[in-house]
Amino acid sequence: MATADAAVASRPAARPRYGSMSQDRRWALRWSYFFLVLFAIFFLTPPVYMLITSLKTSAEISAATNPWWVYHPTLSNYVELLTSPSFLTYFRNSAVVSVFVVSLTMLISVPAAFALSRMKFWGSATLATGVFLTYLIPETLLFLPLFKMFAVFNEWTDIQLINRWWVLLFVYPTLTVPFATWIMIGYFASIPKELDEAALIDGAGWLQTLTKIFIPVALPGLIAATIFAFTVSWAQFLYPLAFTTSADQLVLPVGIITSLIKGDVFNWGQIMTGALLGAAPPLIIYAFLMDYYIAGLTAGATKG
Amino acid sequence: MAEVKLRKIVKRYDEVEAVRGIDLDIADHEFVVLVGPSGCGKSTTLRMIAGLEDITDGDILIAGDVVNDVPPKDRDIAMVFQNYALYPHMTVFQNMSFGLRLKRYPKAEIKKRVDEAARILDIKELLDRKPKQLSGGQRQRVAMGRAIVRNPKVFLFDEPLSNLDAKLRVQMRTEIKKVHQQVRTTTVYVTHDQVEAMTLADRVVVMNQGNIEQVGTPQQLYHNPRTRFVAGFIGSPAMNFIPCEVEEVGGGLSIRLTNELSFPVPVTRAAQYQNHRQNGKLLLGLRPEHITEAGQHLEPGEVPFEANLEVTEPMGMETLVYFPVNGTQVCGRVNPNAGARDGAPLRLAANLNNMHLIDEASGRVI
Repeated sequence: MATADAAVASRPAARPRYGSMSQDRRWALRWSYFFLVLFAIFFLTPPVYMLITSLKTSAEISAATNPWWVYHPTLSNYVELLTSPSFLTYFRNSAVVSVFVVSLTMLISVPAAFALSRMKFWGSATLATGVFLTYLIPETLLFLPLFKMFAVFNEWTDIQLINRWWVLLFVYPTLTVPFATWIMIGYFASIPKELDEAALIDGAGWLQTLTKIFIPVALPGLIAATIFAFTVSWAQFLYPLAFTTSADQLVLPVGIITSLIKGDVFNWGQIMTGALLGAAPPLIIYAFLMDYYIAGLTAGATKG
Repeated sequence: MAEVKLRKIVKRYDEVEAVRGIDLDIADHEFVVLVGPSGCGKSTTLRMIAGLEDITDGDILIAGDVVNDVPPKDRDIAMVFQNYALYPHMTVFQNMSFGLRLKRYPKAEIKKRVDEAARILDIKELLDRKPKQLSGGQRQRVAMGRAIVRNPKVFLFDEPLSNLDAKLRVQMRTEIKKVHQQVRTTTVYVTHDQVEAMTLADRVVVMNQGNIEQVGTPQQLYHNPRTRFVAGFIGSPAMNFIPCEVEEVGGGLSIRLTNELSFPVPVTRAAQYQNHRQNGKLLLGLRPEHITEAGQHLEPGEVPFEANLEVTEPMGMETLVYFPVNGTQVCGRVNPNAGARDGAPLRLAANLNNMHLIDEASGRVI
């Protein structure tokens, strides 16, 4: 504050310096734009290429023409995929799995985060760290032991878990719950302690404090966690690849790969179309909830 | 409405003892202020009354019932926090009615109570706004409104004015006093600001290092402090403490400050100080307003002396003068027309009728 006042007071005398500061800012902006454009091009090239390829026939894709241009645009790939029963099955499987996983994740991680951030009980701090450490273990390490566990479970109970799409409902939360909990712990921690104390004195129990105060106040964080859980379960590839094999049990990312690559024949047009259609739901959700998502991810960075 | 009693209350955090077995009786309708420097245990005490902190030892009674293990919501108390703690997603009306809605009061009753509280606090036109659309002072009123509508047995205030700017603080101080005069609910108020304590309280509780130093009306604390801490904490500018000795001079007692400067002890006090002649560690406590410019006619108990002023601070209605005595900086309050100037000598008078003699070792006023 003092420096700002001093700067204002000495502005007439220090005009050249003031000018150079604005010039610095202009250059900083130019560099920012330069790199932003660079990154935008880098990350948008694959989807653009996918879009171009999805509008071509197989013949045009394999022809030695400019790959960045469509000479005979066609929607045949879209029509074929959207009328194919198996693609619709994958889509439905993906949608059901994602919606369930998101619901399950939020049902577990919101109360968990509330408990870990607000109720001081024996081992709560260790448990909070443990939750985060769980997230750090990659799924590539987990899928083999999980597979083994399912096999043993099958031997003991005769209940078949492998090659059942619904087993994914219990596998995905191992990825989504820790991270969603972690986001929510951070968000809940940024809510002043006096707020729950005020609610406590006003007569609210823990559950009422959570539902009437914490969830509404932490809504941006909640939405961010929801989007995250949805994205993870929608885009999950390794677990469904490992745990499901029959065509009717597959989810979209695995279904596209397994049904559209036959031997060494790649049906590029439909693969690209399938990938684009598959990317649409998260894209639409992001577009609507972008502001909440950013607010959620940056929460706790500054004291609001 | 109810009285609050603390019986040998102790609060221990691991190694640290934040509150060390305090006893306090707060009468029905009374406005009691807990005051002290930060870390003295005043907020902890308040939070224990609220039920937000467990009690390590002792008993808390509200309206005659021991509430040690009663959760906050069943203690029938309301609390106003320093940072207001308004629910940001609710309107003012919803904020104020939250407690009543949880208790499933009829809608008409809720509206009646909120309207009444809004009238008392003059926030009727704000009822539909969200907290972020309010100024600091307005938020503070809403926080008080939330407490009033509950019509609790006890109000608890935790430094409610500390987040406001100086001017608003004075204004809200008056508001709080007015509200208390209207609703007459037993109130426990925590602050570190002794001016707030003096102006608001029926009785002030001065706390220091987890103990109660003294309990009394603002006047009692000001004129008859029992310890050096209370004497120094209450009053602004603070009381002067000057190292001194008590000696016998011609049948009477005298307070010797330096070789050149000594004050005769008023006859009324002589017996009190008689036994402390051998005590080498004594402090003379004298408030700045009892060191004034020496007039033509000295009042009873006034002793004139010459002082070399180091610094003068004109305040408008008075001028504060600072001068050294026996290695201590002493402050006096003189008339702005007394001719006090930096670096110049001035004839001052100390009113010994208002003196305090403090045993430095025990910190107690003799």
